[in-house]
Amino acid sequence: MNTLFDKIWDAHVVSLIEDGPTQLYIDRLYCHEVTSPQAFDGLRARGIRCLRPQQIFCMPDHNTPTHDQDKPIEDPVSKAQVDALARNAAEFGLTHYGMLSPDNGIIHVVGPEKGLSLPGMTIVCGDSHTSTHGAVGAVAFGIGTSEVEMVLASQCILQQKPRSMSIRIEGQLGPGVTAKDMALYLMSKLTTSGATGYFVEYRGSAVRALSMEGRLTLCNLSIEMGARGGFVAPDETTFAYLKGREYAPKGAAWDEAVERWRTLRSGDDAVFDREVVFDAADIQPMITYGTNPGMGMPVGGSIPADAAKKALDYMGFAAGQKLLGHPVDYVFLGACTNGRIEDFRAFASLVRGRRKAPGVTAWLVPGSWAVKRQVEAEGLDRVLAEAGFEVRQPGCSACLAMNDDKIPAGKYAVSTSNRNFEGRQGPGSRTLLASPLTAAAAAVTGVVTDPRTLL
Amino acid sequence: MKQKFDIIESTCVPLPLENVDTDQIIPARFLKATTRDEKFFGDNLFRDWRYDAAGNPKPGFVLNDPRYGGCILVAGKNFGSGSSREHAAWAIAGAGFRVVISSFFADIHKNNELNNFVLPVVVSEAFLSELFASIQADPAMKVRVDVPAQTVTNLATGRSERFELNAYKKYCLTHALDDIDYLLEQKDKIEAFERARK
Repeated sequence: MNTLFDKIWDAHVVSLIEDGPTQLYIDRLYCHEVTSPQAFDGLRARGIRCLRPQQIFCMPDHNTPTHDQDKPIEDPVSKAQVDALARNAAEFGLTHYGMLSPDNGIIHVVGPEKGLSLPGMTIVCGDSHTSTHGAVGAVAFGIGTSEVEMVLASQCILQQKPRSMSIRIEGQLGPGVTAKDMALYLMSKLTTSGATGYFVEYRGSAVRALSMEGRLTLCNLSIEMGARGGFVAPDETTFAYLKGREYAPKGAAWDEAVERWRTLRSGDDAVFDREVVFDAADIQPMITYGTNPGMGMPVGGSIPADAAKKALDYMGFAAGQKLLGHPVDYVFLGACTNGRIEDFRAFASLVRGRRKAPGVTAWLVPGSWAVKRQVEAEGLDRVLAEAGFEVRQPGCSACLAMNDDKIPAGKYAVSTSNRNFEGRQGPGSRTLLASPLTAAAAAVTGVVTDPRTLL
Repeated sequence: MKQKFDIIESTCVPLPLENVDTDQIIPARFLKATTRDEKFFGDNLFRDWRYDAAGNPKPGFVLNDPRYGGCILVAGKNFGSGSSREHAAWAIAGAGFRVVISSFFADIHKNNELNNFVLPVVVSEAFLSELFASIQADPAMKVRVDVPAQTVTNLATGRSERFELNAYKKYCLTHALDDIDYLLEQKDKIEAFERARK
């Protein structure tokens, strides 16, 4: 009661169906190429148009290659899917940032970066990492393709209202400990289903202290605890980030908006359905050892004795084993989890003056063209090049390997992405999820390394 | 595919694993299709558990075991976690399943099943473990899912439970109506909502 989640949700209720779901109004729908084509087919089959095309933004990201984007996509099936999005956007009158557009990138990186995701909004996309946009103080959640069709057709969705959950993290993160470690720590404590059925508000001094990029990483991973979504109430950090962005309000409208956004906070008397509290000082750089994101531990830790055997067999690990010093074949920096400018700064800061370890293949993939331009403007590309790293072109890339960036079977990848499921980064691939700093440490040493030893 | 639900009585396919994520139900490389071809997705359901790299069936996997069949999939808790891909629900439907029984479903996947006329039935841990035991003891045993009465019954032991299904969704499932049919009738309300916000 009287939580920020209640306030935003309740302000978007169009109607309540008796003994049924809520008809919820959606401010912003994002469409990427993978989960939308069947929804557009549905509109055509019903002979209907989009109700509010100006509130819908489309861009391909999952299939896009991370090199030679100016050439046609080699995989004909990927190309057909990317082309279908362009065709559908044109047919239904929707804004489309195509692969060659300077505005293109991963949808969850581009939305906040262009000011398309704003405080107090309801935001959906056919993608579970839509929770990312919660970082600006919005109620944002992933949906299926049938639900994409609902929003295309009616700008509404039918949903059961989730319960509310407060995750409070107090205190200060130690050196070398990042928002990614915070999220991996939460998952290791709460498990991958610990927040299922809930919408999470992240609170507490350690969350307030996070930059916008850090909050985007934290909210991105809400779904990996099973949560419907997760958000951070907007504050000065949010406003400073959004001010001047292309779709953010301007002039007097900006001042009015900020005044309104300042009221977007849970009441002092707010009652959550569930509350948990953690101490930031307990969080260390984290790494996963298993095949779901909840199977994580401090990078210097030992694999728990009761870890699922099926997962350890897949990973080639044993209970009780330490991962420090374990050889690494691939390093992936990128994804909607860690493909933003701050992630590149962190990676570059650690590899500066060092060299990529021989035998490690590293893929550094910015989340958007805007991130890539910023990397170049700050000279980080030169720092990285001197250390033996190349910055590729933007897209989802090896996070789910729908393009050519696939980790080969049996190989170990330290990855800043969001999922270590069996085969996620390519059939037979073995993923160790970690922060950009821990990924950089592995990239220069060739083995799993505590980044704090290199800071 | 839209189809009416009433009473389903069927043998079961048991998958006694927890945290089955949608990447396992249908791997990402099969998401490139631009049509809702249920046969294509159904043929690739649990692809990497079901077939080796050369495409040969793996003998240990339940979908390759001739003892098991039917239109009810029984899975361990937290079924359908991870990616929101509705292709997972299309694959389950395409493989001929109409009901999935588990003690816990991930939220997005549960909605995706319902939107594709696959019924997720949530049962207690006790019901689920007894059901796995019943199927193991006799793969020919059947389960009855009575949608109008909202009950699920293990016909080997007689154990029966009521499952949750809101009145709206029950009406949709028993009349083969989907949410878009409903929303398209709400245009006046949507426009009134938009006017009131300004």
